[in-house]
Amino acid sequence: MGNSKAGLSFTHGVWAIVTKDLAMELRGKEILTTTLMFALLTLVIFNFAMDLTSLTVKDIAAGALWVAFLFSGSLSMNRSFLYEKEEGCLSALMLAPLDRSAIYFGKMIANLIFTLTAMVVIIPVFTVMYNVNVMESFILQSLALFMGALGFNAVGTLISAVSVNLRAREMMGPLLLLPVVAPALIAAVKISGGLIRGEPLEELTAWFQILAAFDVIYLALAWILFEHIIEE
Amino acid sequence: MKFLKDNAPIAADILAVATAVFMALSAWMVFNYAPMEEVMGWPQKIFYFHVPLAIMCYVGFLFTFIGSIGFLWKKDFVWDRVAVCGAETGVVFTILVLATGMFWGKPIWGAYWTWDPRLTTSLILLIIFSGYLILRSRVEDETLRAKYAAVMGIVGYADVPLVHYSVKLWSRGIHPVLEKKAGDPGMHPDMYMALKVCFVTFVLLFFLVFIQRLRLETLKDDVERLKTQR
Repeated sequence: MGNSKAGLSFTHGVWAIVTKDLAMELRGKEILTTTLMFALLTLVIFNFAMDLTSLTVKDIAAGALWVAFLFSGSLSMNRSFLYEKEEGCLSALMLAPLDRSAIYFGKMIANLIFTLTAMVVIIPVFTVMYNVNVMESFILQSLALFMGALGFNAVGTLISAVSVNLRAREMMGPLLLLPVVAPALIAAVKISGGLIRGEPLEELTAWFQILAAFDVIYLALAWILFEHIIEE
Repeated sequence: MKFLKDNAPIAADILAVATAVFMALSAWMVFNYAPMEEVMGWPQKIFYFHVPLAIMCYVGFLFTFIGSIGFLWKKDFVWDRVAVCGAETGVVFTILVLATGMFWGKPIWGAYWTWDPRLTTSLILLIIFSGYLILRSRVEDETLRAKYAAVMGIVGYADVPLVHYSVKLWSRGIHPVLEKKAGDPGMHPDMYMALKVCFVTFVLLFFLVFIQRLRLETLKDDVERLKTQR
């Protein structure tokens, strides 16, 4: 970790990787288009599978939304390190005078931006399609969406750095990731659902605490563990 | 290390004999010594096997966690073997916990499965650590395999408290909990005695399976090394 002094500062390094990923995405638009289409598709399928009438939609809305984000997110997460690996870019990144964990935080923030962008597009669509105002309590719901997305991407980026090296990686990524994010999913669905139904904040604080704990634990673990994954 | 390796077969034999003796004793105590529970009747007998199994599967996953940290720290494959053997033993014990729980649940709850916190937690841990074992089979190089598995082992074990608390908050649950106070175990003293003997039995069984599995893993490594030497 000591080599960062010689080269770029930590924040500069992180920012360089974020802008690189965003620039690549703006040119190719592979991740966002696929994520958005998949999330939309999930919502359409939910409509057939769950029969979302106006009476039940408030109870199911949060679950349907988070499943859509989770499934589409776990698909796009697989791509994140695949690009780096296919083009030999990861070796180049490792040669850069850069703290290894800066690579992780750069990729994680880029993935987080993709997830948040997908949310910004999908939620209005969902609101129109199912006639339920998801963003009724705007600030708290935004906080819940951000914290859920952060936890998912924190552990997702770490696991995708592992799964990209495995045989049958397209299947291994979601297989390893989805059970681990179960606590974050439970908490996020509870908070979002509670806010949609207009439950008082006191009933949701415990869930906010679990989600915050999830975010902190996995960001800290990823920070420690990431350099072990990519070292050759 | 060499002393442990040389004496592992003897230790395993002693453990095997002790486990067999205690298993017979447990079976006798459960069915003849411990009194019949008045409300539940026969199905309650599963409890004596179910509870020790449930505790030991967490010990298995704890070995995975310790082994994973040990490997990343020391880069010694002994730790990696501890981790994989812990996960395998833990997964087998978790399956047994779920199976015994289901056989008890059908007559008592009227259903094999409910989404009760403890059942859900065990199931999620089973999926996480099964994923850990599948991951291991998807990497050829043994150093990389140990490294990726170690990361997944730590990530998976860190989830244990999170899964536990979130699932507990998620549903109140109908799983029975022993009301233990100082000097009162919450059950008939003979039942408590039988439970204690069963607990010793399953600790022995756990370490028997664990050590045999560890020996097998060590032998596999020896064979690989001999193959490459030739």
